[in-house]
Amino acid sequence: MDIFLQQILNGLVLGSVYALVALGYTMVYGILGLINFAHGEVVMVGALVSLSVVELLLGTNLGLPAPLLGAVGLMVAIGVCMTLGFSIERIAYRPLRRAPRLAPLITAIGVSILLQTLAMLIWGRRYHTVPALIPPTPHAVAGATITNVQILIIVVSALIMAGLMGLVHFTRLGRAMRATAENPVVAGLMGVNINRIISATFVIGSALAAVAGVLVSSNYGVAHYYMGFVLGLKAFTAAVLGGIGNLAGAMVGGLLLGLIESLGAGYVGDLTGGFLGSHYQDVFAFLVLITVLVFRPTGLLGERLSERA
Amino acid sequence: MPLLEARKISKSFGGLQALNAVSLAIDPGEIFGLIGPNGAGKTTLFNVLTGLYKPDGGAVLFNSVDVTGKKANRVVEAGMARTFQNIRLFANMTAVENVMVGRHLRGRAGALGAVLRDRATLAEEAAIHKRAHELLDYVGVVRHAHALAKNLAYGDQRRLEIARALATEPKLLALDEPAAGMNATETRSLRGLLERIRADGITILLIEHDVRLVMGLCDRVAVLDYGKKIAEGAPSAVQRDPAVIEAYLGGALP
Amino acid sequence: MSARRHALVRWLQHDRRAKWLGLTLCIVALVVLPFALDASVGRTWVRVIDLALLYTMLALGLNIVVGFAGLLDLGYIAFYAVGAYTYALLASPHFGLHLPWWVLLPAGAVLAAFFGVVLGAPTLRLRGDYLAIVTLGFGEIIRIFLNNLNAPINITNGPQGVNLIDPINIAGVSFARTTPLLGIPFPGTHLHYYLFLVLAALVMFVCIRLEDSRVGRAWVAIREDEIAALAMGINTRNIKLLAFAMGATFGGVAGGLFSSLQGFVSPESFVVWESITVLCMVVLGGMGHVAGVVLGALMLATLPELLRHTAAPMQQQLFGKVILDPESLRMLLFGLALILVMLLRPAGLWPSPTRRRELTSARAPGAV
Repeated sequence: MDIFLQQILNGLVLGSVYALVALGYTMVYGILGLINFAHGEVVMVGALVSLSVVELLLGTNLGLPAPLLGAVGLMVAIGVCMTLGFSIERIAYRPLRRAPRLAPLITAIGVSILLQTLAMLIWGRRYHTVPALIPPTPHAVAGATITNVQILIIVVSALIMAGLMGLVHFTRLGRAMRATAENPVVAGLMGVNINRIISATFVIGSALAAVAGVLVSSNYGVAHYYMGFVLGLKAFTAAVLGGIGNLAGAMVGGLLLGLIESLGAGYVGDLTGGFLGSHYQDVFAFLVLITVLVFRPTGLLGERLSERA
Repeated sequence: MPLLEARKISKSFGGLQALNAVSLAIDPGEIFGLIGPNGAGKTTLFNVLTGLYKPDGGAVLFNSVDVTGKKANRVVEAGMARTFQNIRLFANMTAVENVMVGRHLRGRAGALGAVLRDRATLAEEAAIHKRAHELLDYVGVVRHAHALAKNLAYGDQRRLEIARALATEPKLLALDEPAAGMNATETRSLRGLLERIRADGITILLIEHDVRLVMGLCDRVAVLDYGKKIAEGAPSAVQRDPAVIEAYLGGALP
Repeated sequence: MSARRHALVRWLQHDRRAKWLGLTLCIVALVVLPFALDASVGRTWVRVIDLALLYTMLALGLNIVVGFAGLLDLGYIAFYAVGAYTYALLASPHFGLHLPWWVLLPAGAVLAAFFGVVLGAPTLRLRGDYLAIVTLGFGEIIRIFLNNLNAPINITNGPQGVNLIDPINIAGVSFARTTPLLGIPFPGTHLHYYLFLVLAALVMFVCIRLEDSRVGRAWVAIREDEIAALAMGINTRNIKLLAFAMGATFGGVAGGLFSSLQGFVSPESFVVWESITVLCMVVLGGMGHVAGVVLGALMLATLPELLRHTAAPMQQQLFGKVILDPESLRMLLFGLALILVMLLRPAGLWPSPTRRRELTSARAPGAV
């Protein structure tokens, strides 16, 4: 029984990260009808930039409290990723808004490769250890353990998601974003600056990605130039699972996927009589994706797509 | 025996009831008009009849065969072809290639034939070419046979779409606003073409807004308003029906 | 152009004798190429060409899916893997089976086609981007299974791969050794070259024939407007499946040939990066244009070797040290190539006239 609860907790932690990244995918898809393949790489950049900043600050021996260093690293990462997201949209996607659908998809793959390569050149191919800025003191919960860091992840993610929902539903910017997602042409006629809104969407999504990158690298204690690829794929699966274009769907999908993956990895050995081991964890996400798309392509909470998508 | 029968077709999208138990029957050889104010559900009905939408209720019978909910390509196989309100030609293919695609259904050559180019395949290709040219000539655009579809004049594009639909050897041709955007001369010419098509044994179902075209061309007409059929009959009778007048012009002032 | 050169070009393009002369010269050049390379730049280059020919087959196969039918498959390398492992597992000491190539190549092709249908049947109705992700996932699933099916029963031998794969043997001539034919010694690399050249030419031939046919037209129609194609009676599902299956078949054949050439396969050869490389070849060369795709494949397949020979020493000379190793340089160039081609020349380096129309005309000025 306690492995069950442990897997649930692990799933929630994992799922929170997936949800943050999934929001980025879903917002962009809702407005542009485009899978931002490079989004996973933005997460990776967030993790590595934050790591570099923290290492730099630690090296200067200023004696600042460790959590503060973490916060500084996070802020810098957010800033860098927001700029990155903005640039990607401007350079690689905007010129192709009217091209056949295949074109921006291919460009997105190109951007993804470019970012991976640049990261590889800047940070090398090795796995970087992320220093524990917050001591991961474990707490016992009904037979399972959860660390400080993991609690922080869940709380921070929840707060950010609540903040995003507030932004989207109660501010002018949010209203403009929803209008653009519904029907960009009409929104434009109503005076919304479509280009600005689209840029804002990418920037916000990238900020979320930065946070996710910092959180996930802190949780696992490692960052690597290739970490964005699989994470991105799974987060997109989560977005589809919840209903693409649907913000609540991305959150639900993220958490659900985290749980499925965690429980699956924990129990797959038992279920298959030892034939399949837990290294098939990644396969679960893909199987979920295929199943959802085949049987319920609109996702659990339904799609929200603009007419152009 | 009606060629096409729609029995109590219903279709809703979310909360919107687009079609509400619409029934009609089209006899072979007639030209049947479907009219009504914008948003009445005419194109939705078209899409249900031709297999692009599945109805929520009701049945579609073509040539006494139940084709309700069958995919669009099966409906075309059964003998009902259509054109689109917003012209959906294959823009970057030439006019003749567009019509040749229309012949796909009635051909058989597969990948093996394509690679081997055996005698049967070559004969089929030659026949497809020939028929495509004939149809382009029939609708009057053969001089543009090798022009790209997207470069044709608007009126010629509409004719090309008709030629492409005719290539599938339909028994019934369903046209969605074929005269939209045409001037009086073009419309007269289109009417001549449609009458020729009917004379050659093809039944026509027509969505149209051009009153003169509908009056002059259609044998019978059905009127839709807010998803319901509100009148049916000869054009002259329907034109005088008070329910129809109200639907188009609104009620009398209080 | 001067009047004389103009006349020469016209002669080459229109005079039948000139065409036959040109063709003969090409064939002679292709036949002596391996020996010429041997004598000038070394035998490794013949091996490079061997692999380049395999990539050509792969690119042509993917071109049917992406270029002809317009379906973005990001996991195409899975079919290559299926063909390769079918050959490897049944012609090596792994299971102790040594079936001949003329059984295994078709078997690999059929199995790959089967997987193509199994993958395609539920997913081809998805819209483009979803299909891309699903195929990506499928490619990864295949690799993960190949990497892990070594316990409890050892099926694939996991990350260690399968080695000591039997070479192809035609009429007693083993492709692993040097054999004298007509007095001239033919090394294994050269024999592979001729076989792959013939097969690549065959694949090209099939693709060209398919393009101008009832099926080819249906693919273009689906690519242009799937709803209109459906409304014209085309069974879009089956036609798309056909594209998928054919692409998979060519991938499977190439995979089997790869196994026999290398003598060794491991899951490492079938990572996502390989799928993207093949996609790059199709996109860069000229999506949908057989000749363009061949050009793209040959260019990109020989690029790594070229980089290895030029980039490192050149950087050494200029900067005193190597900043970008050839592998990183290659990745950088591929990423840039995908972006720049789509932005500047979406129809590819050598497009067919139709494709250039399609891919550039949709660009209208102004925002949204």
